[in-house]
Amino acid sequence: MDWRGWAEIVFTIALTVAVGWPLGIFMARVWAGERTWLDPVLKPVEALAYAAFGVDRSKGQNWLGYAAAALAFSAVGFVLLYLQLRFQNLLPLNPQGFDGLSPHLAFNTAVSFVSNTNWQSYAGEATMSNLSQMAGLTVHNFVSAGTGLAIAAAMARAFAADRGENLGNFWVDLTRTTLYVLLPLSIVTALVLVAAGVPQTLLANVEASTVEGAKQVISLFPTASQEAIKQWGTNGGGIFNVNSAHPFENPTPFTNLIEVVSLNALAFGTVIAFGRVAGARKEAKALIAVMVILVGVAAAAIYSAETLTPQPAMISAGISDAPSNMEGKEVRFGPAASSIWAAQTTGASNGSVNAMHGSFMPLGGGVAMFMIQLGEILPGGVGSGLYGMVVMALLAVFVAGLMVGRTPEYLGKKVEAREIKFAMLAVLILPLTILGFSSIAAVLPVALEGLLNKGPHGLSEILYAYSSAAGNNGSAFAGLTANAPWWDTTLGIAMLLGRFAYLVPVMAIAGAIAAKPKLQPTAGTLPSDSPLFVGLLIGIVLILGGLQFFPALALGPIVEHFQVLAAAR
Amino acid sequence: MLSQLRPAIVSMVFFTALLGLAYPLAVTGLAGALFPAQAGGSLIRNQAGEVVGSEWIGQTFKDAAYLHPRPSAAGKDGYDASASSGSNLGPLNEDLAARIKGDAEALRAADGPGSIPADAVTASGSGLDPHISPENAARQIARVAAARNTAPAAVAAVIAENTQGYTFGFLGRPRVNVLTANLALDARYPKAQAKAP
Repeated sequence: MDWRGWAEIVFTIALTVAVGWPLGIFMARVWAGERTWLDPVLKPVEALAYAAFGVDRSKGQNWLGYAAAALAFSAVGFVLLYLQLRFQNLLPLNPQGFDGLSPHLAFNTAVSFVSNTNWQSYAGEATMSNLSQMAGLTVHNFVSAGTGLAIAAAMARAFAADRGENLGNFWVDLTRTTLYVLLPLSIVTALVLVAAGVPQTLLANVEASTVEGAKQVISLFPTASQEAIKQWGTNGGGIFNVNSAHPFENPTPFTNLIEVVSLNALAFGTVIAFGRVAGARKEAKALIAVMVILVGVAAAAIYSAETLTPQPAMISAGISDAPSNMEGKEVRFGPAASSIWAAQTTGASNGSVNAMHGSFMPLGGGVAMFMIQLGEILPGGVGSGLYGMVVMALLAVFVAGLMVGRTPEYLGKKVEAREIKFAMLAVLILPLTILGFSSIAAVLPVALEGLLNKGPHGLSEILYAYSSAAGNNGSAFAGLTANAPWWDTTLGIAMLLGRFAYLVPVMAIAGAIAAKPKLQPTAGTLPSDSPLFVGLLIGIVLILGGLQFFPALALGPIVEHFQVLAAAR
Repeated sequence: MLSQLRPAIVSMVFFTALLGLAYPLAVTGLAGALFPAQAGGSLIRNQAGEVVGSEWIGQTFKDAAYLHPRPSAAGKDGYDASASSGSNLGPLNEDLAARIKGDAEALRAADGPGSIPADAVTASGSGLDPHISPENAARQIARVAAARNTAPAAVAAVIAENTQGYTFGFLGRPRVNVLTANLALDARYPKAQAKAP
């Protein structure tokens, strides 16, 4: 632990918000259909798209229509991706001659990328053809992010509406967000990454004859183009097995900075865009404050755990001069860059990693897991983090309203029974899925076969896997060998529930909110841009989102922490 | 929902063509034209033009005359650049404790009893870490210098040339590129003469 580490953490968070802010302002313009400087190039492409889709861009949708479009798009994407992966051996651009994926792995992977989770039960360099990486996974990195952002746009319009039902057009929001925001960002980022050392080639691999005369097969891929959207779209599915810990995905501290910033910037930007469209700029800043505070605390906690916890394995080998845990970490990053990445990637639903979370000290890995369990709203996935945070904000004003006995309001909309019911439905999906599946897996022999570590750490592997899947995060305690029928299938179901069983109640909330009259704040309104509200929202996130996982965490990382302290004595 | 089927299918095809083919191929073309070396994997070739490795990918070194990399969990024998992997062992795992203990004893036998830096006995996340810490490199200087029949200061100088500091003064960690340092050592102080009987 040193000042540079703390500086890296503070600087990274500050830069992430600073980059996200103007992006959010730009995205609000894109959502509103306004002119942008990219119009000369992209307008014709956009027009061509609508003509081909058979979509009238001026025609809005109500919440049902909007949700149906989003679900239809995801369903078609899932079927096509499943078939493509299952039969990649019959398709071109497969220089390594990889087989088609097994049914359970193709199911898991297709769900994973369609739901913006990007959980990887496979090792990319040993499984996926170039075509699968590009025309399959990269595409869904874009459009699953675009889907999330579109729904955030619909949510923003719901708060702006006054007794309306028009939430915009899903196809227009999806297309414009993808074309005007995600694609240009990815092109620029990919080229910067290549300049800094990330490969981008259609060559399968190179055979090197090493200095000591051994043979080394070096896997290469079109890495940079996938890396860029993997980060911007809070996807997280790497080309390689070890994700951004791989020196080809992330060769230097500079590429690490680009990647960790692009991982969260757009999710912060979504909040800014929401504030502009919903006419709630100050309130958006309050949401950003909540996110920054909790991500900052998490990063500090992980960094402290990784640098201060005594390591029994080191002590018993007589190594006293090594306070930092370097197992599973890269020398070029060290504990600080690994800690801020872990906090950002679990606070967002990104799930890319630059160090192995399964080898973190118990509290370091535990905080990462807890961040996912808080519901992926800090700042969460692009789009999905925003609408998740709005659900929490509705619950916060509801709880505050109960305390003072007034009908709660948020952003000029009365919050009534219908919205709260849907909000609770959405919020309960996560614990139901995570704790339900985990408790079954913890006693099922076929599930336990997949574990690498025993005892509390084994339970953490299970708990982390279902948290990651249901939270649509995608990172792992990778000791778990997940490519087996039980894990592939149940994790796939958890991902589906976490994305789509959440999305439908959220759209219902948007519909209900849009239909209400827009009220002017009165003396009795709880201001939702004040430090008091920030504190209240943090409390709701921690208590409502987090507390239900505490008993499970006590049996996993927390008890393991005390075992470590005892073993180090 | 059925009325949404046409846009769903057509848009999927449209996006696959644009984002799955045009985008990566355009980036590949641009990258190859602008930064051919990096785009191709930053490969390092010997004088005969054969690839000996990549600047970013660690490889195994066992000879006493070379700097040794970190332990690796990639592939069966470590540093398998087509099977990246960390150990994923938890902090209390017995295999981890046994591995660290064994590696520490081997390091003490090879390089003397001095303190051992953390990176010398821990496996990296990727299993392909091209770097070691400067402290880890410094610990190996005496052995490398003796094997090459040269002065420790000369080896230290080569290591220093292949060391990178903090980025912008505070990002990441200082590090020594094992492959480029060993190639520089071979170029300047060939071990062949040193090892001749």
